[in-house]
Amino acid sequence: MRRKKEDLILHNHNHDGVDRRGFLKCMAWAGTGALCVVKGGILRSYSLSDPAGLAAGAANPGELSFIQISDSHMGFDKAANPDVVATLRVAVEKINAAPMRPEFLLHTGDISHLSKPEEFDTVDQVLKEAKASHVFYVPGEHDVLGDDGKQYLDRYGKGATSGGWYSFDHKGVHFIGLVNVLNLKAGGLGSLGQEQLEWLEDNVKGLSASTPIVVFAHIPLWSIYPDWGWGTDDSAQALAYLKRFGSVTVLNGHIHQIMQKVEGNIAFHTATSTAFPQPHPGSAPSPGPMKVPADQLRSLLGLTSVEYVEGKHSLAIVDSSLA
Amino acid sequence: MKRILVSVAAITAMVLSLSLPTVNHARAVADGQKASDDKSQVKIDNFSFVPATLTVTAGSTVTWVNQDDVPHNIVSSEGKTLKSPVLDTDQKFSYTFDRPGTYEYFCGIHPRMIGKIIVQASGDRN
Repeated sequence: MRRKKEDLILHNHNHDGVDRRGFLKCMAWAGTGALCVVKGGILRSYSLSDPAGLAAGAANPGELSFIQISDSHMGFDKAANPDVVATLRVAVEKINAAPMRPEFLLHTGDISHLSKPEEFDTVDQVLKEAKASHVFYVPGEHDVLGDDGKQYLDRYGKGATSGGWYSFDHKGVHFIGLVNVLNLKAGGLGSLGQEQLEWLEDNVKGLSASTPIVVFAHIPLWSIYPDWGWGTDDSAQALAYLKRFGSVTVLNGHIHQIMQKVEGNIAFHTATSTAFPQPHPGSAPSPGPMKVPADQLRSLLGLTSVEYVEGKHSLAIVDSSLA
Repeated sequence: MKRILVSVAAITAMVLSLSLPTVNHARAVADGQKASDDKSQVKIDNFSFVPATLTVTAGSTVTWVNQDDVPHNIVSSEGKTLKSPVLDTDQKFSYTFDRPGTYEYFCGIHPRMIGKIIVQASGDRN
C-alpha cells in the first residue's frame, strides 16, 4: 500500500485531540511570542500572530499585559532553523506591532544555545528593539553550560538571590522566577532543590490568598513527558506552597510548543520557541529540533490564536483555529 | 635518511587511507586489534548513548561522538571521573580507563540520558 508522506502519523493514541494537522497548527507558533493579559486575576494568553485575538485581549487601563518569549537558542545554526536571529527579530516585530504596549517581557530560558557570551549579547541587542522596557529572565539548561550558571548570574542575576531565583510585584500580581536547570541528577528531570523550595515557601508566606501569582521557569513544572525530561522532579513541593492561592499561572518553555492544562487553581502554559519546533511527546525518536521546510517555518508564522483554557482538567493542548 | 623519512610518511599515509573507511564498520574488521578503537566508541544519537553499556578492557580509550543537533556532555553520575566539555554536533570526547570498575555517567544537560562503561582487567578478556 502506498503511504503518503504527510500521513506518517496515522492515529492519535493519546486521544488528546492532537493529530498531525493539529500539531502542525501548534507549530505555527514557531517564531512568535505569547501575549499574556491578567484580567480579574485570571491570566489569558494570545498569539502575537493573530491580530483578532490580540484586539480581543487588549488590556484596559489598569490591567496588566506582558509578553512571554522563550527558547531563542541564539547560536543554533542547524537545518531546523539556520537563522535564529531573524526569527527572534520577527518576534520583536510582532511585539512592536501589537496594539497595546506590553509592560515587560518574560524570557523563559534557553536564551543562548551554547552559553557563549556573543550569543547572550545578540539576544540582548535584538530584544532592546522591543517596545517593552524590561526583560525578566530565567535560565534554561543551554544558558548554564560549562560554568554552573556563573556567566548567566553575572549577566542576569542582579537583584536575584545567589541561586538566581527572584520575585517581584507588578500591579498587584506577584511574579516568581524559578531556576530548575542546575544541579541535575543522573536519570532525573529538572530540579529546584531544597534551598529554592524553602525560599519559595517563605516568599509567599505573607501574601493574601487572593494575590494573583505568576510563576515562570524554563523546564515545565508539571510532568509533560518525563521520558524526554519534560518535567521537574520536585515541582510538586513547590506547587503545594501555591495551593491556597485563588489564581496561579505557571509559564514554562523548554518544549518548544504550546501545551496547557488547568489543575485546580493552577493554570499551566508552555510557550513556543523563537528558534525551532520540537516534536510532540513520543511522536519522534527524540525531542531534537524538528526540521520543516524553510519556507514552511516562516509561512507558519502569524496563523494561530490561542485562548487560555479554563476549567479543563485534562491536558489541554490547544488545537488552534487558524485564521 | 631523508628517503627513509619519506617512505615512512608514505606508509603512514597509506595506512591512514586504508583504515579510514573502516571507522564505521567495526564488524568488517573482524577480530583484528585495530577494531578496538571502533568498539570503544559511544555514539550520542537521538538523546541516547549508543551503546548504553559498553564493556572495555583496562587501558582502553573510549570516545564519545555527538551526532545530535543539540549539545550534550558526559558527566559521572557519582564522583568526578568523567566531566567532558560541552560537545556540539560532531564533537568528540575521549577518556582512557586505566582501572577496572563500573563507570556510570549521564548527560548533565539532559539528565535522562544515562550510560555505563564497564572496565575489565586485561586478564578478564574472553
